[in-house]
Amino acid sequence: MNARTSALLLFALALPAHADNIAMEDQTQILTDAVNPASRQYFQPPKLSELPDNAFGKLVQEGRAIFVDTKTYAPEYVGNGLACGNCHLEQGRQANSAPLWAAYAMYPAYRKKNDKVNSYAERLQGCFQFSMNGKAPDATGPVIAALTAYSYWLATGAPIGQELPGRAYPEVAKPKGGFDLAQGEKIYAAQCAVCHGKSGEGQTSGEEYVFPALWGADSFNWGAGMHRINTAAGFIKANMPFGKGGTLSDEDAWHVAAFMNSHERPQDPRLVEGSVEKTRDKYHANDGVSLYGETVNGQILGKGF
Amino acid sequence: MNVARWTFAGLFLALSVSIQAADPNAIYAKGGTNPAAMACATCHGAEGEGLAAAGFPRLAGLSADYMKKQLMDFASGQRANPIMQPIAAALSPEEVDAVTTMLASKPGPKVERISRAAVAEEVGAVIALRGAWERNIPECVACHGPSGVGVGKAFPPLVGQSAQYLSSQLIAWQQGTRKNDPNDLMGHIARSLTHDEIKAVSEYFANLTETGAGR
Ligand code: HEC
Ligand code: HEC
Ligand code: HEC
Ligand code: HEC
Repeated sequence: MNARTSALLLFALALPAHADNIAMEDQTQILTDAVNPASRQYFQPPKLSELPDNAFGKLVQEGRAIFVDTKTYAPEYVGNGLACGNCHLEQGRQANSAPLWAAYAMYPAYRKKNDKVNSYAERLQGCFQFSMNGKAPDATGPVIAALTAYSYWLATGAPIGQELPGRAYPEVAKPKGGFDLAQGEKIYAAQCAVCHGKSGEGQTSGEEYVFPALWGADSFNWGAGMHRINTAAGFIKANMPFGKGGTLSDEDAWHVAAFMNSHERPQDPRLVEGSVEKTRDKYHANDGVSLYGETVNGQILGKGF
Repeated sequence: MNVARWTFAGLFLALSVSIQAADPNAIYAKGGTNPAAMACATCHGAEGEGLAAAGFPRLAGLSADYMKKQLMDFASGQRANPIMQPIAAALSPEEVDAVTTMLASKPGPKVERISRAAVAEEVGAVIALRGAWERNIPECVACHGPSGVGVGKAFPPLVGQSAQYLSSQLIAWQQGTRKNDPNDLMGHIARSLTHDEIKAVSEYFANLTETGAGR
């Protein structure tokens, strides 16, 4: 067996066992060691002006373009109105916004939970299928190659396999009395609606979304990490309102995250035998705080569109 | 009862007639009923294209809701301006509705749409397309849309305005004479920009257009 076929075999092995078209089934929360972000110096990714003007530089720029304007540069893999950069701010550079420089060197990642190893390519594919509610690009194709090059370049000088401060989104303590949807609705109206619209629908300029949809058919699906209230609270606390991250209290971040995630969105593509209940038991029950399959205002959430 | 209802209906009719009677083109070209509401065209140009050299803004193609809010803010002093304050205060609500609706229906500037995917080298382009996040300054186009074409009723276009007008507004926020933005979303950004950045980013947006006051 030559090297090429064994590599192919390895790739085939890495495909999910129950052979849907889901590239990376495990979308459970990335566990980070909780550190106070303000107390740490963050890793500094290189500047774009330092990018070499050669084939590598060109590939990195392609990856950056896909990342910030996914719909234009990789349209066939996008099933909603989002771009990668909508949740990974400053083109994937912002600490506490799941920056690419903190991600790249943490893969392949072993998950004890299901005793699996996920490659970086699979992680990227997962984001397409869940956050972008789309299709996974081929792991060896040009889209993944460009995004990997962009991530690799941003991580220039970062230590391999060492968790950097600012990775993923910060942990935000759950309010003592739990979350409050009515409170969340008020915060939403006062702090978010001006950009994301009265009904979370976002705002467009021409065809393009400028302010992304927070729920509804054009937003992330029920399998995406952002649908977890705890994950969304962390993102919102650190990054929203846009340009004024860190201004909401922990409680308010939770209330508004819960309000956002108490609305319908596209179905979890891992749907088990057409049943929201079974899908909840298999994928959601032990993964953070989620309203998938719960009843809110008399409606069971998770029906999708 | 019936009589009262008919008088009511009559009153209503009279009122709606007076609403329709606010002729937007007359207000724009000759001024409002109150003489203090001077003819807009004098300063904002015959077609609402603005007067770049004087720093008078373009109004053609701006959102009607945005303009209504600005006129209220001028009148209340939230946006302090000695020229526009008396004019805004002298316009009736019907006149404001009519003239802003007319102006909004005019075409905005034509411009090639430049998004964050574009390469940015000069200071102005870097601020516009990348921001300066270490100072909590997001990319301008993230809120004002690609090429700063404006988004919805809360985010006005930057393209189509002159560099002089754009920088005057950023300085007004720094000096606290303009404080009418929702939740200080724009104010904190303007206050964090340096003088050189204001100049560069204003020129960046002003030079994007082919038509209107920006030239
Ligand atoms: C709706 C928001 C959203 C969008 C859009 C999105 N992501 Fe993510 N991304 C997340 C969340 C949530 C996580 C997981 C964070 C966690 O579990 O704490 C994540 C994790 C990641 C990670 C792993 C981070 C790490 O430190 O291990 C990478 C890499 C990544 N995303 C890349 C992408 C790419 C590429 C795209 C576009 C194809 C994209 N994301 C689109 C929300 C999003
Ligand atoms: C000034 C406008 C503005 C305000 C106010 C604002 N956002 Fe955002 N939001 C944005 C923009 C712009 C993005 C995309 C970021 C990017 O592409 O750089 C975004 C992205 C998001 C995302 C990830 C993308 C998605 O569609 O799921 C979430 C979640 C979010 N915002 C929630 C909120 C919440 C909750 C609030 C209120 C507390 C809020 N935002 C207030 C502009 C805003
Ligand atoms: C004497 C000159 C003058 C006249 C007449 C005038 N304006 Fe203005 N207008 C200005 C100036 C100067 C500004 C910028 C004010 C500032 O710097 O805040 C302005 C700003 C505005 C703005 C805000 C634009 C923006 O982009 O925020 C609106 C709306 C406006 N004018 C409407 C009108 C209307 C309607 C009329 C006629 C009823 C009118 N103006 C008459 C000089 C004038
Ligand atoms: C977080 C969203 C946001 C970002 C980012 C942003 N702006 Fe604004 N900007 C606003 C809002 C909202 C207004 C309208 C304020 C009002 O209601 O009067 C505004 C208004 C303006 C105006 C006044 C326009 C007029 O017609 O009077 C200028 C000039 C301006 N912004 C420049 C910029 C520049 C330059 C940048 C980038 C450095 C930028 N903005 C980034 C939200 C934003």
